[in-house]
Amino acid sequence: MAETLRVNPIDCTGHGVCAELLPELISVDEWGYPIVDRRPVPPALDREARRAVAACPVLALKLMRN
Amino acid sequence: MTTAVNESAPGGAARQAAGLPRLLPASPEDLRGHLARYGATPYRGRAGALIADIEASGLTGRGGAAFPVYRKLAVVAQARGRKVVVANGSESEPASRKDELLLRLAPNLVLDGLQLAAEAVGATEAHLYLHYGSTPEILRALAERASRGLDGFGVTITQAPPRFLAGQETALVNRIGGGPALPTFQPPRVSERGLGGAPTLVQNVETLAHLALIARYGPRWFRAVGTDAEPGSMLTTVYWPDGKCRVVETEIGAPLRALLSSGAETRAWLVGGYHGTWLPLPEAADVTLDHDSLKRFGAAVGAGVLVALPADRCGLTEAARVTGYLAAESAGQCGPCLNGLPRIAAGLAELAGPGHRKQTRADVERWVGSQNLVAGRGACNHPDGTVRFVRSALTVFAPEISLHARGQCSATNRRPFLPLPDGMPTSEDDWT
Repeated sequence: MAETLRVNPIDCTGHGVCAELLPELISVDEWGYPIVDRRPVPPALDREARRAVAACPVLALKLMRN
Repeated sequence: MTTAVNESAPGGAARQAAGLPRLLPASPEDLRGHLARYGATPYRGRAGALIADIEASGLTGRGGAAFPVYRKLAVVAQARGRKVVVANGSESEPASRKDELLLRLAPNLVLDGLQLAAEAVGATEAHLYLHYGSTPEILRALAERASRGLDGFGVTITQAPPRFLAGQETALVNRIGGGPALPTFQPPRVSERGLGGAPTLVQNVETLAHLALIARYGPRWFRAVGTDAEPGSMLTTVYWPDGKCRVVETEIGAPLRALLSSGAETRAWLVGGYHGTWLPLPEAADVTLDHDSLKRFGAAVGAGVLVALPADRCGLTEAARVTGYLAAESAGQCGPCLNGLPRIAAGLAELAGPGHRKQTRADVERWVGSQNLVAGRGACNHPDGTVRFVRSALTVFAPEISLHARGQCSATNRRPFLPLPDGMPTSEDDWT
């Protein structure tokens, strides 16, 4: 099933790890907060997406089923 | 601030023929008057029984989001165990006065609706969330009903802090739970996991008053006014160019012109309050008060705040002032909102001042447009609503921005028009 990346913006403190691990889908704004591609994660990036989710130091990045 | 009064809109005879007003009596109605007019609360005797009628009625939430009421009812009704119902009368939008007036004139209709909604979902507790410093009529009505044993559920009252976001559903749940009225990230929705983890039905007080009438007179009666897609009537808070504020009950789909002046004395309309949309005149003069018509302009009915900005005022200055307020009302929890709204507000303030850097106009347009600095990036809809408000101001008041760039302003009256709370929030403590 297709999944989408979402940030819990309250938990997010702008470490930026996610954007480093997954630049294809995540960029950062000038304050360091992530701008996440809202389209479903393409299968080719599934592993990288899971790695980015696991790497977030405050667990603010999530994969959500649509 | 002007006083809200219950006043008939133009075309009073047509309104009466349509059975309006439905919700607002001419003067506060105590329990005796209420019972004489409506009879006892029409309990259905079991959970779930009312939901089909609410679905057939097409009632949507009147707090701003216009979400179908039956769907929230159904979600909470399906859950097991402890369940909570909350009547939301916080009316934290500073320009809106309709809930306050409803609670003063027809408190028993709201309380009927709360009891009926609680029965419909099989709730185990009922709450009333009220605006800071709200009127005593609602408390008197609660006491009267309690002393006569009319209510199935005891009602717990919580006061909302005077903050713009205090009425947002997740903020409400946090406040009633004893914490600050701050929004939280969704999912889960409060209808799935709300107060203390219990499925929680939150409905605006006007929505509950409509529900109480549908329970009595049925969905066909409710649909006798309004449009097929958006049936019924709604309360609006209307500001005319004379500065007076009136609460008017109107059928959905009514021409905005029937509620607001559109002639030379009017510069522009604001629809949907401070998360709403500026509409240009005369281009928008034919819109009607329903989403189908308003969406042409990217607008929505919201909680029914309708403003006719007088021609002697500067819309750009008004928009900049309100945007400054909205930026200050950010809960400050989400990075994009905390950083982005003050920047957008500062940009708009510069545009509203005399002369501005050329780059600033392009910047503000980019922030609320293609770059999408804040919209969709917060836990609640505050950044999105603020961006909608600013974006429409940039479009509708584009000629005014050019005037200001040359150090001019078309206003002849500098007094602020749109109402804001006295005193800006100053500390984190204001959230409780």
